Amino acid sequence: MSDATTPSAAARAPMVLADRVSKSFGSNEVLKSISLEVKHGEVMCLVGPSGSGKSTFLRCINHLEVVNSGRLMVDGDLIGYRETGGRLYELAPKDAARQRRDIGMVFQRFNLFPHMTALENVMEAPLRVKKMAKARVEQDARALLARVGLADRADYYPAHLSGGQQQRVAIARALAMEPKLMLFDEPTSALDPELVGEVLDVMKGLAKEGMTMIVVTHEMGFAREVADSLVFMDGGVVVESGDPDEVLSNPQHRRTQAFLSKVL
Amino acid sequence: MSTENNSRPAAGATPPAGGATESEPIKAIRLRHPWRIVFAVVLVIGFVLFIVDAAGREAYKWDFVAKYVFDRRISEAALNTLQLTVYSMVIAIILGVILAVMRLTPNPVVNSLAWFYLWVFRGTPVYVQLVFWGLLSIIYSSIDIGIPFMEPWFSFETNAALSTFTLAIIGLALNEAAYMAEIVRAGLLSVDKGQDEAATALGMTWFQTMWRVILPQSMRVIIPPTGNEVISMLKTTSLVTAVPYSFDLYTRSRDISAETFTPIPLLIVASIWYLFFTSILMVGQHFLEKRFARGVGAREDRKIDTMSGTLTGAVPLGSGQPTVVRPPGDGPPPTEPGGPR
Repeated sequence: MSDATTPSAAARAPMVLADRVSKSFGSNEVLKSISLEVKHGEVMCLVGPSGSGKSTFLRCINHLEVVNSGRLMVDGDLIGYRETGGRLYELAPKDAARQRRDIGMVFQRFNLFPHMTALENVMEAPLRVKKMAKARVEQDARALLARVGLADRADYYPAHLSGGQQQRVAIARALAMEPKLMLFDEPTSALDPELVGEVLDVMKGLAKEGMTMIVVTHEMGFAREVADSLVFMDGGVVVESGDPDEVLSNPQHRRTQAFLSKVL
Repeated sequence: MSTENNSRPAAGATPPAGGATESEPIKAIRLRHPWRIVFAVVLVIGFVLFIVDAAGREAYKWDFVAKYVFDRRISEAALNTLQLTVYSMVIAIILGVILAVMRLTPNPVVNSLAWFYLWVFRGTPVYVQLVFWGLLSIIYSSIDIGIPFMEPWFSFETNAALSTFTLAIIGLALNEAAYMAEIVRAGLLSVDKGQDEAATALGMTWFQTMWRVILPQSMRVIIPPTGNEVISMLKTTSLVTAVPYSFDLYTRSRDISAETFTPIPLLIVASIWYLFFTSILMVGQHFLEKRFARGVGAREDRKIDTMSGTLTGAVPLGSGQPTVVRPPGDGPPPTEPGGPR
């Protein structure tokens, strides 16, 4: 909600910079020359009909999908490649993995590790990827679970948790790597309606603490309340973007109007 | 909401489902299955007749069976068979996991190597492979370890270094590894793609993802067919006579029967031992499956829990929203249209 762009943040490179990003699956062009910018501390909501390329764009940001053309930069680093002497070199898997460490991702279907308890899920990456000391990791993980309101569920397996609880564990798991950017891919779409609120509350808390977030969502209320900017995508292009209140209450483009009339 | 309030809607003309008075447990007459009984009786009669007949039949020579079932040579051979099974399966499982992971790596070189291995070892009969291993010392009389075209670091005579027992294990294990690789691969592929993505997004490397996330989850799918393979291996060990290794259960009992001219009782003796081991293995498999089902299939418990926790009083069962607790008397059940608001 608040204007998170302090003067010092504005001087820095944007957290995410997409420059004419295109992506095709075979002959199917999913992203067509997407350009956008997310500042440090900004919360951006990506909305649009299904198949509009929102999720694909999100997955490109942490290199789960490889873009065909254009550049994606996160905090000044080119994603997936190294540029030397005007040429691009593909990154080694371990360097690509290093880039992903700083980018947290939350999935629609939670994707918790079912053979580990909530606590083990949160501890896994700091232990194996950052190779931190176990006692320290456990302490941090318990604190994170407490932060998402699940201190008493630490020793439960995902199968014993409700959808909302699983998604909150998933958020805690992503936060355990202390990311500078969080990506949310329809985090509440797989939840029963009465469980949506608890997940959105955790996300609101994160936004308030100044986390940079890109959220693919259908929750217009959340977008209006929390987002600093809103981007409407359709057919692989950015149709309209701007202040959430303005876009939602006074959409300029016909396609935006048509979409919003259905979801609002 | 208190329980006293529940009596109010129940006293009305149309008490909602699950009202205040509990319904009686169902006391119905059980469905009869007369043909099952008939079939069972026929089977039992047939079996008893067979036993009675077999007990009296000369060719079985039950006194020989009793004499040899705990014969020292037989029990030692049984132990050898067990060792062959355990050693070759352990090697096969390890090698199978490695091959399966190799087949799924993004590395095309490693990939093709694993494919080639499977092609060779699945494409030829295990008996033929065992004969080949037996002939190893004729093909390669000495084994040198070192850099090619240079003086080897180690060199040893094949015959002296590898006993027929070792060769039998190598032969069985390498063949079995090809089948295990396919079982493991199917298991790995059965794990949801989202698991891969979640681990990758956390910055885990391909190997970490495999070892920590994918492999443990695939165990549930891998274990049942692996149990089958162990049992199958126990019996395949009877082929090691091709190496030739002659101290396993089957070959030993054949050798004894060649001296005593009593093949039938000794086959029965061997079968008793095979069945004994198989039974033990089946019990072990059962417990392994239980262990790796951890974290899965426990959802039912939770469901029942929430149901009993929230479905209280006058909540209509058909409302489809068991978590919403409505105060009693707050409008009629939704099945009744046009009620007072």
